[in-house]
Amino acid sequence: MTTTTDTTRAEICAVACAEIFSGAGEIMASPMATLPSIGARLAKLTTEPDLLLSDGEALLMAETPALGDKGAIEGWIPFRKVFDVVASGRRHVVMGANQIDRYGNQNLSAFGPLQHPTRQMFGSRGAPGNTINHATSYWVPKHSSRVFCEQVDIVCGVGYDKIDPSNPAFRYLHIHRVVTNLGVFDFGGPGHTMRALSLHPGVTADEVAANTSFEIAGLHEAEPTRYPTDEELRLIREVIDPRGIRNREVPQ
Amino acid sequence: MRDKRTTLDEAVGELRSGMTIGIGGWGSRRKPMAFIRALLRTDITDLTVVTYGGPDLGLLCSAGKVRKAYYGFVSLDSPPFYDPWFARARTSGAIEAREMDEGMLKCGLEAAAARLPFLPIRAGLGSDVMNFWGDELRTVTSPYPDSNGQVETVVAMPALRLDAAFVHLNLGDAHGNAAYTGVDPYFDDLFCMAADRRYLSVERVVSTEELVKSVPPQSLLLNRMMVDAVVEAPNGAHFTLGANDYERDEKFQRHYVESAKDAATWQEFVEQYLSGGEDDYQAAVRRFAQEGTR
Repeated sequence: MTTTTDTTRAEICAVACAEIFSGAGEIMASPMATLPSIGARLAKLTTEPDLLLSDGEALLMAETPALGDKGAIEGWIPFRKVFDVVASGRRHVVMGANQIDRYGNQNLSAFGPLQHPTRQMFGSRGAPGNTINHATSYWVPKHSSRVFCEQVDIVCGVGYDKIDPSNPAFRYLHIHRVVTNLGVFDFGGPGHTMRALSLHPGVTADEVAANTSFEIAGLHEAEPTRYPTDEELRLIREVIDPRGIRNREVPQ
Repeated sequence: MRDKRTTLDEAVGELRSGMTIGIGGWGSRRKPMAFIRALLRTDITDLTVVTYGGPDLGLLCSAGKVRKAYYGFVSLDSPPFYDPWFARARTSGAIEAREMDEGMLKCGLEAAAARLPFLPIRAGLGSDVMNFWGDELRTVTSPYPDSNGQVETVVAMPALRLDAAFVHLNLGDAHGNAAYTGVDPYFDDLFCMAADRRYLSVERVVSTEELVKSVPPQSLLLNRMMVDAVVEAPNGAHFTLGANDYERDEKFQRHYVESAKDAATWQEFVEQYLSGGEDDYQAAVRRFAQEGTR
């Protein structure tokens, strides 16, 4: 087991992102940023060999190449077929977020009023469909109280307080994890509120509280996030991300 | 069989202000940019645009031609990702937004293609998509209870019926048969099937025989029933990626974004690239590329 000395924060995040997919089985993993991509590939190369991964465009990869490299393919997944996969539920997406609230509502659309925003981002993208159909997790490389806010401006990803319990159309909503540069969270707090599962080594509960606009359940009970194993470190450093792209997203 | 070949300007000359137009492609990928540039040369305005948005929507916003936009997202697909002209139209309140989930857009085109008033979809429930649309978007309750006796209520995605659709493909014949050569058809067939008038531009017009010999049958996305007009427009998706014909012109796309920053630089961009015909644009774009390699 590797310990403290040379493991970086980005490498700890990579393992936390890999664990998002623990037990996922034969589904499509759709990571939308660098660290979740490393995580999904790490999961596939260790405990989750049956995951399906695309090249980010329209091809399913048979191999698990380094970030940015091409390898052999095993299938075709153009955008229109992605929507079929979404509706089928056989997918776990890891999206980014400009805002997330305590119930897991997420915004990547715009800030301000719907028809007259103060800042325009992407629009809702696939967030409404992802969250209502299949497992969704979030990756936030810079945990701050601007991201983790009291109320999101525009609900793109659906949170737990939006569920209509009388309508079974909401039964597939599952926000699995939020991984940030500070820790690992879920929505297992009281009333499906955000809860701390672990804080990365060196991160204090006070640091997380100071960078979150609402109270996080279990913050003071959270254990340290585990270190990568020697094998995981080898895979991250030599196989998946030899160019060290992870350090741009999470500086040490 | 009818020869449907025409020019960019004649094609867009059939449009009227106030129409609802669908634009094929996706983000900054295989967008019918030559048609968009032709639209900028007209005085047509007050458009309702349905699109997986990219710089197509941005350029139309730059000319104040958009009144209402139906979109799943708007993205340039590479840094800085957010389209500057769409952002300005939104933050100034110039356009009415019918933002939706990406899957809802496909669903709405499929409803229109099948001449149905709506199709049920789960996406949108619980999100602010419902508030973007107000009364224009409603739910529908299943007549079939589930095994627990509960009934599901889902979004009734209305048909996205189009007056006109614009798409750009790689190869086509004079009659409207056409193929994509890259990895993704996007939704160009659905845009055509949802529209009354269907305008196709292609990199190259070839004989039907050459077309069907050049690609596998599965790549023949459009047939004659789906197309009214064919325009040969080489490099017609520039600066978005043109599948197997060319990559995205990242440097020029960045130039587009930087030029949008203030009135003077945008005026210069318009004068350089958008004040003549398509041939003038292509010549200016070649000069821009050469300047960078010197």
